[in-house]
Amino acid sequence: MSRQILLGDEAVALGAVHAGLSAGYSYPGTPASEIMEYLIHLAGENKAFKATWSVNEKVAYEEALGVSFAGKRALVSFKHVGLNVAADPFMNSAITGANGGLLVVSADDPGMHSSQNEQDSRYYVQFAQIFGYEPSDQQEAYEMTREAFDLSERFGLPVLMRLVTRLSHSRSPVETRDARPQNELKKGAAKDWILLPVNARRRFGLLLDRQAEMVRFSDESRFNVLKLNEGDRSFGVIASGVAYNYFREAEAGEASLPSFLKVSTYPLPEGLIRRLVGHVDTVLVVEDGYPFIERQLKGLFGIAGKTVLGKLSGTLPASGELSPDIVRRALGRGPLPALEASGLPLAARPPQLCVGCPHADTFKALNKALEGTSGSNVFSDIGCYTLGALPPYNAIHSCVCMGASIGMARGAADVGIRPAVSVIGDSTFAHSGITPLLGAAHADSDMTVIILDNATTAMTGGQPTYGSGERLLRLIEGLGVAKEHIRTIEPLPKHHDKNVQVIKDEIGHRGLSVIVAVRECVQEQRKRRS
Amino acid sequence: MKQDIILAGVGGQGILSIAYVIDNAALADGLFFKQAEVHGMAQRGGAVQSHMRLSDGTIWSDLIPKGEADMILSVEPLEALRYFDYLRPDGIVVTSSTPFRNIPDYPEIEKVMEAVRRAPRSVVVDSEKLAREAGTVKAQNIVLLGAAAAFLILREATLFQTIDTLFRGRGTSVLEANLKAFESGKKAALGS
Repeated sequence: MSRQILLGDEAVALGAVHAGLSAGYSYPGTPASEIMEYLIHLAGENKAFKATWSVNEKVAYEEALGVSFAGKRALVSFKHVGLNVAADPFMNSAITGANGGLLVVSADDPGMHSSQNEQDSRYYVQFAQIFGYEPSDQQEAYEMTREAFDLSERFGLPVLMRLVTRLSHSRSPVETRDARPQNELKKGAAKDWILLPVNARRRFGLLLDRQAEMVRFSDESRFNVLKLNEGDRSFGVIASGVAYNYFREAEAGEASLPSFLKVSTYPLPEGLIRRLVGHVDTVLVVEDGYPFIERQLKGLFGIAGKTVLGKLSGTLPASGELSPDIVRRALGRGPLPALEASGLPLAARPPQLCVGCPHADTFKALNKALEGTSGSNVFSDIGCYTLGALPPYNAIHSCVCMGASIGMARGAADVGIRPAVSVIGDSTFAHSGITPLLGAAHADSDMTVIILDNATTAMTGGQPTYGSGERLLRLIEGLGVAKEHIRTIEPLPKHHDKNVQVIKDEIGHRGLSVIVAVRECVQEQRKRRS
Repeated sequence: MKQDIILAGVGGQGILSIAYVIDNAALADGLFFKQAEVHGMAQRGGAVQSHMRLSDGTIWSDLIPKGEADMILSVEPLEALRYFDYLRPDGIVVTSSTPFRNIPDYPEIEKVMEAVRRAPRSVVVDSEKLAREAGTVKAQNIVLLGAAAAFLILREATLFQTIDTLFRGRGTSVLEANLKAFESGKKAALGS
């Protein structure tokens, strides 16, 4: 037993290693990146297990599934929207099942600190009809991870763990236990893994047969805690994940707690929920993310004779991250006395491109080259360069999901938008830009793709990239882009005029052009030199 | 025994290094803690904060409720003001007087400092000057930690030891500058 300071993300990584992990795969994305960062750190020099940044989340998932097929334990981790990318293998892995333990960690971002939506991964647990965990603190993140691998092998199914930003990025001491050895190789049976309809129907039946056992396991889980207040049957609370902490925080000074149920596993512990709801008249459901529990509780018609409060009732806000203050208010308590605000109007301090960032020079050249054109035609993507949306650049007009810039520019060009420009980073291009560029090259679509090659995955802290340098140029050519319309520029102030001309020329070309802006990220340059 | 602290500053100013020192010192002093921090997009020159909660008992929320913070510890004066509503009515503000101007509408510094002093208890140190004197302007965060040291429920010797551990691997001059920065922050707080 030892005590270590760990982020929620790191507690998952260490829990996985102590559960006998053989391989982990991931694609960077806030707030999940630190899981793989820490796994790579733990793998260290002797590489006792594999820890790999994959090309994208779908690939990461399939790599992890291959490990599971081989009978070994695998971890695949990403941010919530990464699970959209990996949704195909994810959903189908519920049918193939897992051979070696397979844990999927999806880190949600309520409040959209660093994301484009607030989707709640618990819906994926329900969608795939598998088992899910939702830890409330770092210690639970460690314990649940260890348990999840055993459970995955017991049910023969992948298990999903839902994290949220607040836990992923919070540090605390964690008690750890001795590591379990890795599994021996033991290949999966072809009849389980070949999802021809004849096999898939049988496998799906098995998945459905396991549902009742999963509910039973949930009801008996030590992580779900039911406490009934025998003296007060008026009001009770159902709380999950970090929201449970906010509930306990608000009640910390009180002589007696209302009846409550802490929910940490899915499918829902139906027996425990019936007991809590049976005991009280009014139930407040407190959960960070979507009203997942609340909606199941209420169904279409509500519960006769009971009042269910939560996000659907307007007792808690339907969007944004919960906080101890919001939950305190929902429990009917007034605010704590606090210092008055200073009264001085506080200028906001949004994030911005670093001083000397190559993207800044590319945006300046792009803006200049586009002067006098129809405007609002720059489709951007996910990365530091999304900050090109902010002043002084105001250089981009869309940002949707990984790789969308190229497909969207093509669609817009197809129906007459001109010029249609796509701006995408090298890592994002490798992740999801190659296939849409293959299509655009085949059609010689009238558009210009600018690939910002800074040789790293910058926004998430400088992870490696698969589509950079010479390899990137050969790749673009291999996709069928005409060689004379593959141009490179070096985004530096001294090359501004030259770069403007290159962009103008290629925008003028009636067909597909790709301009690669090559200059290393200043943060990475600094790290390399220090 | 418990203490809730909001650590504040601008991305890149070393808030997480302050948090690292306090975390490790707390562990060494036998305290439990939770420390929520900001990663990702906001780290690029944006406002960043960390909620630091120390206790010898159970800590529930990773976030500090408004009105519960005993201290705001800020490497930048405008950033100190951003979290005033988290501070208890008798809480203390420990802040640098050195503005970080990476936005066009940064208010007049005199007005910012006047607002800081409206807190019932405030300690203001010129972190840029002290850090430069200590040997590196990068040590402003450790100057602030020194300025806060006397008000923390952690043992000063443990803090000092943890700074030593953190910077030992980065060369003698960096280590010495940071230890000196800690001492000069401590002294400046006594005199303020």
